[in-house]
Amino acid sequence: MAHEHKLEIFRGLLKFKSNVTKIWGVLIVLSIVTAIEVALGIIKPESLTENTFIRMKLLNWIFIILTIFKAYYITWDFMHMRDEVKGLRRAVVWTGIFLILYLVFILLTEGDYIFNVYDTGFQSWDF
Amino acid sequence: MDATVTNTAEEGKTWDGGNQPLKASYGKMMMWFFIVSDALSFSGFLAAYGFSRFKFIDSWPIADEVFTHFPFLHGVNAPMYYVAFMTFVLIMSSVTMVLAVDAGHHMKQKKVIWYMFFTIIGGAIFVGSQAWEWNTFIKGDYGAVETKGGKILQFVDTEGHRVALADIATAIPSVRENHERKNGIWFTKEGTRPTFTVEEIKAGFAQSQDVLIRTQILTEEGEKTVLSREESLLRVNRDAVGVVEGANLKHNEYGTPLFADFFFFITGFHGFHVFSGVIINIIIFFNVILGTYERRGHYEMVEKVGLYWHFVDLVWVFVFTFFYLV
Repeated sequence: MAHEHKLEIFRGLLKFKSNVTKIWGVLIVLSIVTAIEVALGIIKPESLTENTFIRMKLLNWIFIILTIFKAYYITWDFMHMRDEVKGLRRAVVWTGIFLILYLVFILLTEGDYIFNVYDTGFQSWDF
Repeated sequence: MDATVTNTAEEGKTWDGGNQPLKASYGKMMMWFFIVSDALSFSGFLAAYGFSRFKFIDSWPIADEVFTHFPFLHGVNAPMYYVAFMTFVLIMSSVTMVLAVDAGHHMKQKKVIWYMFFTIIGGAIFVGSQAWEWNTFIKGDYGAVETKGGKILQFVDTEGHRVALADIATAIPSVRENHERKNGIWFTKEGTRPTFTVEEIKAGFAQSQDVLIRTQILTEEGEKTVLSREESLLRVNRDAVGVVEGANLKHNEYGTPLFADFFFFITGFHGFHVFSGVIINIIIFFNVILGTYERRGHYEMVEKVGLYWHFVDLVWVFVFTFFYLV
């Protein structure tokens, strides 16, 4: 078993002396991101809830991006994906990402279509 | 993995076993297989949640208004804080887990034992918190009435604060009692009945001048529509057919039934993963104490159970975002 760990995060911006300090560093990063998410969720700045990008509020985009950011560090540093070979990394990550994106795209499109059917039909659903 | 790999003549021959494709051992590879497939199950759930939410995009309950409780702080409006705390507990237990893996690499048995112990404690706190969340969600808070079309009408005062059913209802001596086995020859089991009948709510609502109705429909600003007093009276008297307190799979006081269904299925499926993770951690914990891995010469088992544990944490990060934040 390989005991060497890659000790850089943020593309080499942050280098740690040992694996243990890297773990604590990643914990701090994840905690900060969670704190930002919760703070945004409670404050809900109007500039972020009123403006949309591809029909979704900017705030929700920020939540999703921060989530993927957290997921990256959990997988890469806690699950040691950073230390695995490229083949394993790609087999796991791209398989998942491809299938999930495909499923999400199809289901959300369908959901939106059904909403429009309800919304523009002549049948009232609110009774 | 000396136990499963035969180190005889096959060694060095690529197609005869004894080598490690992708430089990962058999056990770790299989754990990754499981994790990918389990990730797809969870994304199936979350994508279905997204589907239903898009289908009812103009009337979906607002999570901030549903999850407002914090243990021991009764009546305090604390949206999200408890879930944030749970998230932190789970990330923290992920950290102790990865520290245990690291200590295992250095063959430090004592350290592995302690870190595994803290991981188990963290997992137990998380599962306990989730049980508390479920309990609060099922019990409900203010109560609501349901219309013929299955829509939920909630009560608010003129400032938009929620009003509980108990503050509205006028007691009408009831003619209908809960079925019990001791009364009557023909007994049909029936579930718990709501505290109030629709008639009591209707009568009380007619008298409460400053109480209005809030419907499921969201306004442009993403808040629930509050009807005028006249509309409210009309709506309650014409449409209300049932009283809803709390949540089950068929009715819930927060809005569309699908919201509670997905809450139970997604957090339940995740909670079951955490629960089994705690059990597996406990087994490995005792193995570490007994010195099994010390004798085996490596702590790879801790690494494998660690992968599963981090995956559970990873899933929670997504559940947290899509159920509580977005």
